[in-house]
Amino acid sequence: MKPNAGSPGSVDNKTSDRVDLSRRRAIQSGGLAIAFLWLGGGGVAQAMINARRQPGDAAAALADGNPPFAPNAFIRIDTDGAVRLVMSSAEMGQAIYTGSSMLLAEELGVGLDQITVEHSPASDELYGTPMLGGQITGGSTSTRSTWQVLREAGAVARTMLISVAAEQWHVDPSTCTVDRGVVHHTVSGRSLGFGELASAAGKLPMPDKVQLKDPKDFQLIGKPMRRVDSADKVKGATQFGIDVRLPGMKIAVVKACPVLNGKLAKVDDKAARAIPGVVDVIRIDDAVAVVGDNFWVAKQGLDALDITWHPGENANLTTQQLRDALVESSLNGKSIIAREVGSRPADGTVVESQYQSPMLAHATMEPLNATVFVTSDKCEIWVGSQVPARVLSTAAKITGLSEDKVIVHNQYLGGGFGRRLETDSPEQAVAFAKQMSYPLKVIWTREEDIRHDRVRPMYHDRISAVLDANGRPVWYGYRTSGGTVLGRFAPGAMGKDGLDSDAIECAIEPPYDIPNVKVEWIRHDMPPGLVVGWWRGVGSTHNLFVIESFMDELAHHAGKDPLEYRRALLQKNPRTLAVLNLAAEKIGWGSSPLPSRVARGIALGEPFGSRVCAIVEVEVTAQGEVRLRRAVVSLDCGIGVNPSSIEAQIQGGLLFGLSAALYNEITIKDGAIEQGNFYDYRVLRINETPLIEVHRVENNEAPGGLGEVGTAIAAPALANAIFAATGVRLYKLPVDRSLLVQDAAALKSVVSAAAASDGRMAP
Amino acid sequence: MLSLSVNGESHSVDVPPDMPLLWVLRDVIGLTGTKFGCGIAQCGACTVHLDGQPVRSCVLAVGSIGSKAVTTIEAIGDTPSGQKIQQAWLDADVVQCGYCQSGQIMSATALLKRSPNPTDAEIDAAMSGNICRCATYVRIRAAIKQAATGKPEGMQTIVTAPEGAAS
Amino acid sequence: MKRFLGIVVALLIVGVAAYFWLNRTDASEGTAPVIVGAPAAADVLARGEYLTKAADCTACHTVPGSGKHFAGGVAFRLPFGTIYSSNITADADTGIGSWSDDDFVRAVREGIRKDGKRLYPAFPYTSYTQLSRPDVLAIKAYLSSLPKISQSTRPNDLGFPFNQRWAMGFWNAAFFKSQRFVADPSKSPQWNSGQYLATALGHCAECHTPRDVGFGLERRNELAGETLQGWRAYNITSDTAHGIGAWSDSDIASYLATGHADGRGSASGPMGEVVENSLQYLKPEDTAALVVYLRSVPAREGSDPISIDAHAAPVLASTDTAPGGDRTDANSAGLKLFEGACASCHQWNGKGQQTPYASLLGSRGVNDVSGTNVTQVILQGSKMRIDEHDVFMPAFAKAYSDTEVSTLANYVIAHFGNKVETVTPDVVAKRRQL
Repeated sequence: MKPNAGSPGSVDNKTSDRVDLSRRRAIQSGGLAIAFLWLGGGGVAQAMINARRQPGDAAAALADGNPPFAPNAFIRIDTDGAVRLVMSSAEMGQAIYTGSSMLLAEELGVGLDQITVEHSPASDELYGTPMLGGQITGGSTSTRSTWQVLREAGAVARTMLISVAAEQWHVDPSTCTVDRGVVHHTVSGRSLGFGELASAAGKLPMPDKVQLKDPKDFQLIGKPMRRVDSADKVKGATQFGIDVRLPGMKIAVVKACPVLNGKLAKVDDKAARAIPGVVDVIRIDDAVAVVGDNFWVAKQGLDALDITWHPGENANLTTQQLRDALVESSLNGKSIIAREVGSRPADGTVVESQYQSPMLAHATMEPLNATVFVTSDKCEIWVGSQVPARVLSTAAKITGLSEDKVIVHNQYLGGGFGRRLETDSPEQAVAFAKQMSYPLKVIWTREEDIRHDRVRPMYHDRISAVLDANGRPVWYGYRTSGGTVLGRFAPGAMGKDGLDSDAIECAIEPPYDIPNVKVEWIRHDMPPGLVVGWWRGVGSTHNLFVIESFMDELAHHAGKDPLEYRRALLQKNPRTLAVLNLAAEKIGWGSSPLPSRVARGIALGEPFGSRVCAIVEVEVTAQGEVRLRRAVVSLDCGIGVNPSSIEAQIQGGLLFGLSAALYNEITIKDGAIEQGNFYDYRVLRINETPLIEVHRVENNEAPGGLGEVGTAIAAPALANAIFAATGVRLYKLPVDRSLLVQDAAALKSVVSAAAASDGRMAP
Repeated sequence: MLSLSVNGESHSVDVPPDMPLLWVLRDVIGLTGTKFGCGIAQCGACTVHLDGQPVRSCVLAVGSIGSKAVTTIEAIGDTPSGQKIQQAWLDADVVQCGYCQSGQIMSATALLKRSPNPTDAEIDAAMSGNICRCATYVRIRAAIKQAATGKPEGMQTIVTAPEGAAS
Repeated sequence: MKRFLGIVVALLIVGVAAYFWLNRTDASEGTAPVIVGAPAAADVLARGEYLTKAADCTACHTVPGSGKHFAGGVAFRLPFGTIYSSNITADADTGIGSWSDDDFVRAVREGIRKDGKRLYPAFPYTSYTQLSRPDVLAIKAYLSSLPKISQSTRPNDLGFPFNQRWAMGFWNAAFFKSQRFVADPSKSPQWNSGQYLATALGHCAECHTPRDVGFGLERRNELAGETLQGWRAYNITSDTAHGIGAWSDSDIASYLATGHADGRGSASGPMGEVVENSLQYLKPEDTAALVVYLRSVPAREGSDPISIDAHAAPVLASTDTAPGGDRTDANSAGLKLFEGACASCHQWNGKGQQTPYASLLGSRGVNDVSGTNVTQVILQGSKMRIDEHDVFMPAFAKAYSDTEVSTLANYVIAHFGNKVETVTPDVVAKRRQL
């Protein structure tokens, strides 16, 4: 990969697939990705996705209708000129279908209005990315891991189409140009459409070298393009997994043992079966489902069941027990050193704090579901998944069929946020459906979706610094403890000594100039059944809350302005300093005094290979209620493929993080998750949403991640703003509003008539 | 048998009268644009119009509808307000995952119809019952204003690239 | 000295005599009026089931959602401690399987259990004392026909002196009178049926009649309203302003049978449970009799009377979908909460959509400046199963702060009741504990 990713130049077959494993690059990859990169060349981190690898005959015939020209797994051109692009990543809202299409179309030479996009079939071989070691959409890696290969895939196709035209015209290919699906020879005024060239192009050998565009010639990349999936989504025409309808299909509504890891003992289904429209009641080890003609009747049946569970060893489990054990581990557990530079100075002022982060659910708007049809020699699955190839292989195991007998039809995802990186729901659906002779759509109610989430783990962190006489940190120590997601998801990707690289993401190498560092991780496994999972931002989201809150503590300790304090520590990191300065300028930091209990908080970080600064302005009422007034986010994500999506991802991501920081915590009582729906697992609404400005530092650096960046930076900006408004440092999420009460009298008076000042600022 | 008027068409459905309209639409009639999000009228993903008024179909017993006209996302574009809202949604490129957007658009269309130039407070009152987990709220607000004024209200002007979605 | 001793002895004799006189048992079997749902000629189990429902035994003797019908264990948090209800299944060891008919009748009508110890009047023997012996035995027969559940009754958690059951003898002497129902020949048969349903079986007074300092019912204020377990049991006298005197017969009947009457509001909390467990099962004739009796209860204002504003200005200024007429501005915290979590069902004009139960118009709750029941319903939500349909409102206690609940309650009172609101965050914090 070229040092300057946006530079033009020829790329050949070999270099484009090589993974850059330099350390700094690895750090910038972030999250889920970083772990796989750390494996080095010998592990799963081998190039899979490839600009020249073509689908096998069977898969092509099935998925593509044997198009005449399919130079790789992404581009299909038919004789009528129709261009179909196969998406390597899953679309869950992050606009990757648009971004991927832009990369392909830019080099291929078509407009976005001339293409259609298709979900990819399940295949690690064709769509697996080296960053994640498989066909996995997550870790904010999609653009980063396909930026090069998809452009090259487009260029390969374009080169071949030009070759055919040039040959027909007997001209030098370099004198031909491509525009909107047509190859032109301007000098002679001749042109041929892609459709006319497709059959001949399909017979050509692969070109070894192709020329990528100079960024200054980009037609699409860098422009705020409308999403390719918008038109259907505004009409309700997009098919999500839950919308799949098949002939003869029945619908199952499911209830698994509410106590984590509990099992099904017995079910009295007499009353359920008596309900007209209930077709069957089916059981697996830990769950029961009622099958009906429609969701409603199946749900009525489910409610009519008399179920007895074996709660098992978690029967008395509570959040407090989990928390106590975690705190104990953080104190006395055996740590793995992630990074150690220099040593802790004996002199200087020591500042130490402890922070706690809660378990979190995903609550995607589309509750989990999967539709499965199992016959004696085939298993078909319709599901919106971030890991279609994993769904395929687990389904093969459950059904006993070979993998070539399992077909996964991926769908649009009604939100992912890491929840659909898991295969628990489709696995359960397969286990139910293999008992039936017809296609079965298994839907989780919202309550089931939250109570059986695979939660973002809880964390307990000890952070400390030694300050010099000027209040500048000369040593920084970070000791984080929590469950490991990576250790279960990809045990082979665990690092040296069993280190979970996600757990220390953003903590291991903060952007600041601190000479001595010690970062440790303590693995603290949760009880069986309490499965911890990926979440939007996972490690980065929690570590940035701790580190950036602590940086504010240090600034306060040093008696410095939080902006100036950070600036002073960024003199060796100009890219990140520029991001900080941009946000400060755009919000007008320090320019005018703010009302009482109104204040701003800064947070800065380098998550997922991007650099980001959020400044959030809040008002804290006398009763401790927090109102979001305004937010400015500045970002350096390198080359921006689609500035519209960048803005949308940062806005949405920030609000996702603020929503969690303000309201969300999964708690456990009697071994079961207590929350179940939006009234007890609260989600930010439009009337709580401030205007969020997004500003970019533009350059031609390699693309950074986006999907999780806004989320990761949200909580510390909020906590720092609350500190600035109230003087109360929040060491625990979500925000405990009772700590923010101005004085006891505030709770003794009637507050309704006191209208809040309108926090919303005009653009 | 119940007779229902949905998007101008009459449907006879053999369902219990207490079955929520949402499941009649999705599982019986086959209109899947209206979404299931919470089942308890807390998220708005299931919003449809009943004689032009937004209602949460997940808790609306189909037997209580009578002869009122049901309009869903599939047909809202046939109304002037719906057409304007959908176009503004495209111009501001509001959607992300898109799952809640049917409900958002149904709520916004009802708002625009009764209040052609809504204030921020009116937008809040009409739209706060609709949750978007991707949190597209900033653009939802911009799009509603854009639908009302015809002027771009977003922070950037989206380059239009028509049709091209996966099927 | 002797003279003084004599006085003491005389007083003691008078006292003991008074104790026994006041605690004398009505020896009559008692006669019930016509209960249409439980005709004398009917099968004893059918009668027993109907009467068990009419007496709402399950409300106190079944832990909701446990599936253990009549196995007891429901906690009653009272100002002086917690009482747990007993197992009244026919289990011989932990229930009432070994009780004779006389044991059972004595417990139900006199508040003395099999071992001779006194029951606390949380068990409404004070009302059930009016039941006829055949009715009590029909209930016993029904309970005995149900599955036996072995579940020991949990000991009460009461401090001294409240844990001294014998002391209830004195309470009974003061507040309890063993007395069977006697029909009033001057009233219609329907009225008499209604009175038996309301006082002997339904024990309305136990919640709706104010209690005095001794926790006894204030008979002179019958059904004038009381607050208990954090909820207001409203004035259901015939007072037209503060009771239900202005309600039509069908309003009352509808409220009793379904938990909702258009323009009057919906039952929730303890009253919701009464409708769910008991009142919805009454035959229409019995409900009608109940209505006739309630209509005859003398009008009383009660304490903290509630005045309904049926034409609240903000409601009139609002539409289905948009607020109007609020004294606070559009960014008031309460309004913002309402527009997010409430308006989808209740609507800005309080009409309520998707289900009639969501209507707020004319309800006592939104017109009560103390916001007692509004606060509770926001915190706890509402869940009833009526006629095989679920009526549901979410409980917002977990995710919403005291301040938020108070501002929301205040908005509801101001907007739908057009009243000056009074709920503070501290009050909500206290109500959470109830």
